Amino acid sequence: MQAVVLSGVGKHYRLGQVDVPALTDIGFEIRAQRFTVLSGPSGSGKTTLLNLIGGIDRPDSGKVLIDGQDLGELDDDALSDFRARRIGFIFQNFNLLPVLTAYENVEYPLLLARTPAAARQERVRELLEAVGLADKARNRPNQLSGGQRQRVAVARALATRPTLVLADEPTANLDSHTGAGIIALMRRIQREQHATFVFSSHDPAVLAEADDAVHIRDGAITAIERRDEVTA
Amino acid sequence: MNLLPLAARNLLRNRRRSATTLFAMIVGAMAILLFGGYARNINLGLQTDFVRHAGHLQIQHRDYFLFGNGNPAAYGLADYRRIIDVVRADPVLRPMLKVATPTLSLGGIAGNYAAGVSRTVIGGGVVVAEQNRMRQWNDYNFPITTKPLHLSGTTPDAVVIGTGVARVLQLCAPLAIRNCPTPHVEPATGDSVPDDIAALAGEARAQRAASDGTTIELLAANAHGAPNVARLKVVAAVPQGVKELDDMIVQMHFAAAQKLVYGGDTPKATAIVLQLAHTDQIPAARVRLEQLLAQHFPGQPLTVLDFATLNSSYGQIVGMFGAIFGFIALLIGVIVLFTVSNTMSMAVVERTVEIGTLRAIGLRRAGIRRLFVIEGALLGLAGSVAGVVVALGAAWLINHGGLSWTPPGNVEPVPLTIRVWGEYTMLLGTLLGLTLVAGISAWWPARRAARLEIVDALRHV
Ligand SMILES: Nc1ncnc2c1ncn2[C@@H]1O[C@H](COP(=O)(O)OP(=O)(O)O)[C@@H](O)[C@H]1O
Ligand SMILES: [Mg+2]
Repeated sequence: MQAVVLSGVGKHYRLGQVDVPALTDIGFEIRAQRFTVLSGPSGSGKTTLLNLIGGIDRPDSGKVLIDGQDLGELDDDALSDFRARRIGFIFQNFNLLPVLTAYENVEYPLLLARTPAAARQERVRELLEAVGLADKARNRPNQLSGGQRQRVAVARALATRPTLVLADEPTANLDSHTGAGIIALMRRIQREQHATFVFSSHDPAVLAEADDAVHIRDGAITAIERRDEVTA
Repeated sequence: MNLLPLAARNLLRNRRRSATTLFAMIVGAMAILLFGGYARNINLGLQTDFVRHAGHLQIQHRDYFLFGNGNPAAYGLADYRRIIDVVRADPVLRPMLKVATPTLSLGGIAGNYAAGVSRTVIGGGVVVAEQNRMRQWNDYNFPITTKPLHLSGTTPDAVVIGTGVARVLQLCAPLAIRNCPTPHVEPATGDSVPDDIAALAGEARAQRAASDGTTIELLAANAHGAPNVARLKVVAAVPQGVKELDDMIVQMHFAAAQKLVYGGDTPKATAIVLQLAHTDQIPAARVRLEQLLAQHFPGQPLTVLDFATLNSSYGQIVGMFGAIFGFIALLIGVIVLFTVSNTMSMAVVERTVEIGTLRAIGLRRAGIRRLFVIEGALLGLAGSVAGVVVALGAAWLINHGGLSWTPPGNVEPVPLTIRVWGEYTMLLGTLLGLTLVAGISAWWPARRAARLEIVDALRHV
């Protein structure tokens, strides 16, 4: 089953007078309930690609389908609602809301999805438990370490049980030990929750954990590895 | 999601900036309310003054107000007694009516023949006891003590004059008036007048010197245009705030005035002054009065005038303060608009990444807009509530600070009071107005925030 299908996707930026092609004619599929890594050097177009998959940016050409839904057919509000229900984001800089506690940060997407209070509470507890931060529920982000913040962010991304979780270099701002912990956590949760994870990274340690790896360079795919063809 | 606590927390994030904005709003709300309270106090003070002296409504001859000035006697109400009786007996008016009293206006020449001086005066006769009751009116609870008229308890030939009248008539010394100079140049006497009159004047002067020296002659035209003279005893000279009035005013007992103007004819009044319990009863009372007059005195040329019509300066002063108040409110509204707008713009710039994040996890554009508008309105609400509280405190301090001032047209200083507490319309208007302005000023920054592209916002550093 395919979680994401891209076909003929192109994106370019205008930098002053010049056109900078960021992605050219990208077409590939991301399998559901796998851990896929987009791998490539800095400037290769990983972030741009993830933004298109996550529906926070629109391609200049081509199509992005998530669970069969063509994102190009959705208007801004519908796309927002789609993201709220179906996609979880994990950012390089954690991007937690500083005025909300860990608990409230995890709860926020559930509020957007209008989840009833009781279900909300249960889900937030469960997730904070899963990321090992049950005792930090009342802490604000500035009272948490970088690793703890990213764990809250992971919990937040998973709150609405999205079909797709996207993470753009989630370990880039963490030391290697903490980063490895986060990767292990995500790997575990991805399996437990049967979620589809897509990462971008140029960290070999992350690459090693992936089910699938998509190699990208200068805005084009150079190779796709499907490592667990047999064991899935 | 309940945005209010989120907005509140965001405001507490940059305490210093929020505090600065709050401070600007507090100062603004205070300026509006203190000035409004001051203006309100002046308006009510003026109203109280008018109502105490000339009542809320007057029944007059239809043409008296416009044409009667030159010859009040010709516009008298012969039926005034009956009119007053009908008014007092009416069950509809009774609960509203506090005083119904006749007055008689007149113009004439007051002379102090002993000093050989005279001058034109205006004035009238009043029913002293009823006027004293009118002076009790204090529906707005001004911290003033009411003194009875100087005519109270005086003989029927008593008269009270302005200090200016006393000065011109050279009565300052006999009446022991302070700050009342005598002229440097002796008025010409003797040479220019015929001998017999000069002799008469001299005689009168000699007589007066022997007596208490405070009698004046008041010469007035009677209803037929013939002159009539009353000899009146000056019991007091009362300073008036306006010099023109101070130099002209005389007040005497109603009966004495009637005798002077009408002599042996039917005595009349030029106006029936009606004082109500509350000013807002004017429209109802007026309607009823017009019914009564039409019913009981058909065909008589009567009219009912309210105090605002009788005192055109009241409307002018109220209008002037209204205009200044509006100007101040507008100015402060604009300042608040820019202050809050600036604060919210800075917040939007600072929180660009946060905006991108919220949008990425599924908040719609409208949600972002709402977030900032609510934040601005909340800031506005906090600012105006704080401003109202501070203004109430400041007004209390001023009212209890023992300050006093002399309003234009007044003689004696009055306590400086500011009416903020109890002026619910003004308080609520300021509160809602400033909150609304703050919400509106957050609108543009909020709109800008909502229109950000998610990826641009997320990349913002
Ligand atoms: N907003 C932008 N304006 C101009 N060029 C951009 C912008 N975003 C990305 N690019 C360019 O697009 C290319 C791909 O960038 P990006 O997707 O961020 O790569 P990566 O995430 O792999 O580092 C790079 O050449 C980068 O300079
Ligand atoms: Mg990148």
